[in-house]
Amino acid sequence: MKILYFAWIKTRTGVGEEVVDPPAHVKTVGDLIDWLKTRGDGYAQALADPSVVRVAVNQEYAKWDAAVGSNDEVALFPPVTGG
Amino acid sequence: MAVRVQQEDFDAGQELATLAAQNHAIGGVVSFIGRVRDMTKDGELMAMTLEHYPGMTEHALEKIEAEACSRWPLEASLIVHRHGRLEPGDQIVLVITASPHRHAAFEANQFLVDWLKTKAPFWKMELTEQGESWVETKSSDDRAAARWVAE
Repeated sequence: MKILYFAWIKTRTGVGEEVVDPPAHVKTVGDLIDWLKTRGDGYAQALADPSVVRVAVNQEYAKWDAAVGSNDEVALFPPVTGG
Repeated sequence: MAVRVQQEDFDAGQELATLAAQNHAIGGVVSFIGRVRDMTKDGELMAMTLEHYPGMTEHALEKIEAEACSRWPLEASLIVHRHGRLEPGDQIVLVITASPHRHAAFEANQFLVDWLKTKAPFWKMELTEQGESWVETKSSDDRAAARWVAE
């Protein structure tokens, strides 16, 4: 599974992009985020407040109960500030 | 209908001329240009860096544009959004809407700007004398985008 991080979430995780192999119980976006948080302090800090974490699965906005699998591209980022 | 995400600057005059040149059904053209302001809450802005999510950005802008086309009778539209390092006075975004009638062109333009600010995956990082900091979402932007849902 490919994970992308943007803006201050990337600053905190210290990585912009990585390929991960989560355990079998990770079936949704919410499961994935809970698992990522266990991978280090930077991840825990980056993902501590779910109200400021937006998720896209395969480049479409997704909710926390959306399914994720090994072939998916999942992006985690703060609320957007373009324009 | 077109979207472009690019580092280089754009020429709004040329884009306006090109967009409307061949289509004589267009009776009104509205353009919006967003620019980098020199003041931030942390003081004077030295530079800004716009990060984005290549691929999803273009896809999200196309969806927003398609939504505008489903709501208003547009003959043409264009969104150009820059990324990378920008300085005060630089242009950030160009939104053009063209329709047989002005009301549709005005409304669709506001809609596109309001929605792209809250949906297109761009993030601004500001550089001031205090250092670098990521811009936080404004609740006024969320309200501006939400009014198009209520209507």
